[in-house]
Amino acid sequence: MRAPQSWNRLPRVAPEKVLVLSQRSCALPSMAPRPLLPYGNGRSYGDVCLNDHGTLLVTRGLDRFIDFDPQTGLLRCEAGMTLAEVLALVVPQGWFLPSTPGTRQVTVGGAVANDVHGKNHHAVGSFGHHVRALELLRSDGEVITCGPGRADAWFAATVGGLGLTGLIRWVELQLMPIQTPWMWVESQRFANLEAFWPLNRRAEARWPYTVAWIDCLAKGKARGRGILLAGQHAPPQATPPSFKEGCKRVPIDPPLSLVNRLSLKVFNALYYRQPVKPQGGLSHYVPYFYPLDAIQDWNRIYGRRGFYQYQCVLPPEAAEAATAALLDTVARRGEGSFLAVLKTFGRKPSVGMLSFPRPGTTLALDFPNRGDKTLRLLDDLDAIVCEAGGALYPGKDARMPARLFQSGFPQWEAFSRFIDPAFSSRFWQRVTSGNE
Amino acid sequence: MNSLKRVVIIGATSTIAEHTARQLVEKGASLYCIGRNPDKLQALLQDLKVRAGDNQRIDGCVADLLDVDRHDALIETAEQALGGMDAVLIAHGTLPDQQACQRDVALMRREVETNALSVISLLTLLGNRFEQQGAGVIAAIGSVAGNRGRQSNYVYGAAKGMVAIFLQGLRNRLAAHGVDVVTLKPGFVATPMTADFDRSGPLWAQPQDVARGIIKAMIHGRGETYLPGFWRWIMLVITHIPEPLFKRMTL
Repeated sequence: MRAPQSWNRLPRVAPEKVLVLSQRSCALPSMAPRPLLPYGNGRSYGDVCLNDHGTLLVTRGLDRFIDFDPQTGLLRCEAGMTLAEVLALVVPQGWFLPSTPGTRQVTVGGAVANDVHGKNHHAVGSFGHHVRALELLRSDGEVITCGPGRADAWFAATVGGLGLTGLIRWVELQLMPIQTPWMWVESQRFANLEAFWPLNRRAEARWPYTVAWIDCLAKGKARGRGILLAGQHAPPQATPPSFKEGCKRVPIDPPLSLVNRLSLKVFNALYYRQPVKPQGGLSHYVPYFYPLDAIQDWNRIYGRRGFYQYQCVLPPEAAEAATAALLDTVARRGEGSFLAVLKTFGRKPSVGMLSFPRPGTTLALDFPNRGDKTLRLLDDLDAIVCEAGGALYPGKDARMPARLFQSGFPQWEAFSRFIDPAFSSRFWQRVTSGNE
Repeated sequence: MNSLKRVVIIGATSTIAEHTARQLVEKGASLYCIGRNPDKLQALLQDLKVRAGDNQRIDGCVADLLDVDRHDALIETAEQALGGMDAVLIAHGTLPDQQACQRDVALMRREVETNALSVISLLTLLGNRFEQQGAGVIAAIGSVAGNRGRQSNYVYGAAKGMVAIFLQGLRNRLAAHGVDVVTLKPGFVATPMTADFDRSGPLWAQPQDVARGIIKAMIHGRGETYLPGFWRWIMLVITHIPEPLFKRMTL
């Protein structure tokens, strides 16, 4: 079997062994090389899903529903099921995921383990807030059922716990009612970062979903220009438009990244000039939430060398200045990111000890891997994030230094007591090394 | 075109059968699922019940198919649960350890029991029922391995070959009675049964795709179906290699 990779294809390491799990009733392997680490659908960027000295437990075969009540929207399913599979069942019955990341291809277990968030974080919190219960299988055979008000400490460790507290076998989620699969979306251009903040504040007060795309190559007065997208689930339509999902794929690995200085400049400029809909319009939920799911294997456009994601969160008091500093640094190097995404998180405290979402502003960037040059840029961005008292998203990291992780996640030592002694990951070894 | 509204799946917890079951439920079928492992069967039935609509029936039971004496009662129970049978899919089987079978006659016989005798026992009973009813589809999962004996897995191949020839005869007999008999021959499929193989080549198929092919073959009553279809041509070549040459090859 080909070695499972992470979505940004960095770092390229193979585990000692890959074990495909297909039944939730099965015990964890006792003979396989340790440490163990669950691997879902390989959509995280970096090495939280990699385990080069041990065994990857591939969970995609745990893809069964266990129970669903269409009256209450309570769903229980195995942890290897993807959000796409969940949506295919529940949307026609009038339910939706209360919190969803920008791809449907992640597994439910992965969504819990990374405590993923969506465009509606300011309104509803992150994925972990909607988990009612989950079952954890430990390597000593112990089975722990936890949730809000039930084995709380285990729940807090496992939500955002990067798969380290044991194997999540099933998850129970409270879904959210919707009337149609359609979204009502308004988009608005803003001329620079200064214009973004008040616009975003107004949008957040009115809309459950908000996110902004930023042209990160724009400099000077245009620095931080972009488009703010606000959305809400649409009420029933007299004549609903038709929607057919197409699927294209990137068939080969180009020898060089197709994302380069020139293509970025053109793309970002065109993106900024796209027609906006200040009066609003309808969009099906699939292209609204998951635009990149329409292009299978889109990660290939960065070529064989892969790419780095960089997503940070900056505390509210430092957010405006630090965001400006980050964008300045990126624009100055001309290393621009394909699409920079800017969003403010709400004040709801996250459930997990290692959850990434917290009050403040989050900026997500991606950079083709150009070796040392890219790493030096990321180090410079680190300095700004660190100074602002921010943190980087473990689920999107392949290189952050241990001290940045430890300052961004002060509960990491308390968390480590909950790690299954047989579990670890390349990420965990990397960000905790030098402390043992 | 056969209707697949009430389908009995024997060996339903195998990965290929499970995906076939999900897709049948999505198309509105009621299912009766028979499996050996109670935990696996329960997980399967729970999943199918969530996927099914209110007017679809999902039921099943645990059975050891080596207990041939129980076969008739099993089929009867399934038929009553569904209020009739439009189709049956026989999907149970194991992948024997060829080397171990060479050393152990009892093991070899057990593998043949599982993969061939239990299947043709069921087919005998089902053949008579469907002949009476004068409509429907009987399908069984064989294997490309049944087309020619190879040193690497000829116990499995012999068992699957026996099933294929039995199905051929049954098809011939039931054709006059409006019953379709379908022989399904999957190639390499990425399932737990093949988890220890290097599965990186282009010949490996996903169980969802094989399941789609199974349903299509059952609806259209295709006789012998390779899954995916290109295996027909691969097997055509393999079965035509002259024996004096073939016996020296390692396949």
